[in-house]
Amino acid sequence: MKTENVIEVQDLTKAFGDFKAVNAISFEVKKGEIFGFLGANGAGKTTAIKMLIGISHPTSGRAKVVGYDVFTQPESIKKNIGYMSQRFALYDDLTVNENINFFGGIYGLSRVQIREKRKQLIEELGLEDVADKLVGALPLGWKQKLSFSVSLFHDPKIVFLDEPTGGVDPITRRQFWEMIYKAADQGTTIFVTTHYMDEAEYCDRVSIMVEGRIEALDTPKKLKQQFGVDSMNDVFLKLARNIE
Amino acid sequence: MGISLRNIDKSYKNHLAVRDISFEVKPGELFGLIGPDGAGKTTIFRMLTTLLLPDKGQATVAGFDVVKDYKSIRKSVGYMPGRFSLYQDLTVEENLTFFATIFGTTIEENYDLIKDIYEQIEPFKDRRAGKLSGGMKQKLALSCALIHKPKVLFLDEPTTGVDPVSRKEFWDMLKRVQKRGITILVSTPYMDEAALCDRIALIQDGEILDIDTPEAIVNKFPKTIYNVSADNMYKLILTLQNYEHTQSVFPFGEFVHYTDKRDHFEIKTLISHLEYSGLQEVTMSETKANIEDAFMELAKK
Repeated sequence: MKTENVIEVQDLTKAFGDFKAVNAISFEVKKGEIFGFLGANGAGKTTAIKMLIGISHPTSGRAKVVGYDVFTQPESIKKNIGYMSQRFALYDDLTVNENINFFGGIYGLSRVQIREKRKQLIEELGLEDVADKLVGALPLGWKQKLSFSVSLFHDPKIVFLDEPTGGVDPITRRQFWEMIYKAADQGTTIFVTTHYMDEAEYCDRVSIMVEGRIEALDTPKKLKQQFGVDSMNDVFLKLARNIE
Repeated sequence: MGISLRNIDKSYKNHLAVRDISFEVKPGELFGLIGPDGAGKTTIFRMLTTLLLPDKGQATVAGFDVVKDYKSIRKSVGYMPGRFSLYQDLTVEENLTFFATIFGTTIEENYDLIKDIYEQIEPFKDRRAGKLSGGMKQKLALSCALIHKPKVLFLDEPTTGVDPVSRKEFWDMLKRVQKRGITILVSTPYMDEAALCDRIALIQDGEILDIDTPEAIVNKFPKTIYNVSADNMYKLILTLQNYEHTQSVFPFGEFVHYTDKRDHFEIKTLISHLEYSGLQEVTMSETKANIEDAFMELAKK
């Protein structure tokens, strides 16, 4: 069952001069959990994620991701997680097959492994006809689905998704979430940010950051009860203030 | 003094970006172009703001033809493109002064129009635009698009990537601008924002799926929609997808939206089917369609 912690964060802080972009946040994420990481623009989400994926050194606190320490073992973290952002997904000027080979190689998979997994992935996504086409020519929705599959290619225990569905059409957005559910069902932990509040409802638990702190963390159902509202959108509106 | 498009086509090389687009925006109306990335929204904006020539068809903005009278259009419209395109190395105030000067006016002359919006960023008027937060950049861009008191305002995805709080604020600002008699064409990929427009056009792959008021569009939805929930969302979706009578099943927030192929059926039998399949805490109730339901139904065809 969902007992093993994949992320453990205690008082994690990142300061830029006097400004604490992330101010002593603490939480845990369990194996196979879909964890929604929400907050207004400028609340500190991106800074927090950068620390968790090992590309930004925290100022203080403690954090472990898939068992590795963010202070001392950031390289091990990078090898053992998946990451997908809205902006950088895949190389537009490489073909679908080339992108898969490239990322498989980056994560240290053997040629044989890559070949087998690539075949399986292309089949699952129904991309047989475009496997040798440039990724840049694919519709955005396909790109995002492919990008998600590539981020899972090396079987990471956790995948970080930074606004994966921005601008995607409603049907593809839902197909994307079905892929997320499937991955979580198979034990992969999902750490996701989104500005679509209906997507916040799809998460097992949701945290909301306001001005560098986590101001709320619970299941969507309990958060709605706690704030006495009907939707996550209203929870968000009640909680998140603009810092400008 | 609104906007009119008739049978507009535009291709880039061999890619048809928009096909046979026609719609009218009435004077003073707040009209939304709703669709995902790649639908053709920006292409339409660029043709209406005279930055791109249509291959076919006619269009007018504020009574002027987009091809023949392009100079008059440029004087009468405000345009806020999707990408932040103010001068990053000018300050807030310098940007605003620059745009006022270009249009032969001054900040003072039309200040009452932007007062509401500009006051919020005025404390930072000496800051360079490049150093502003996303929300502040947006307010400055809107101020610059309004400073010459345009008849028509074009806003291309002003809220994309913006959090729900800032999005709500932005729409409140738009409503106030509309009250000043300015015609507004706005695009967005967020379907929930459709409800805030007077009328909308749903657009996908360069074609318009429907044009109407948001209420009329959801009222046209042909089927009864049910909210279904259970203890395991993923299993619920899979079970419903494999159910013989399912027409559509889509996750919607805490529920799944379900439509059935049959005209009449007993809710109880479906609940029993789900429970028999091992799901627990099953609930099911009728609900109303929303814009996303309507969009997905129309996009399927």
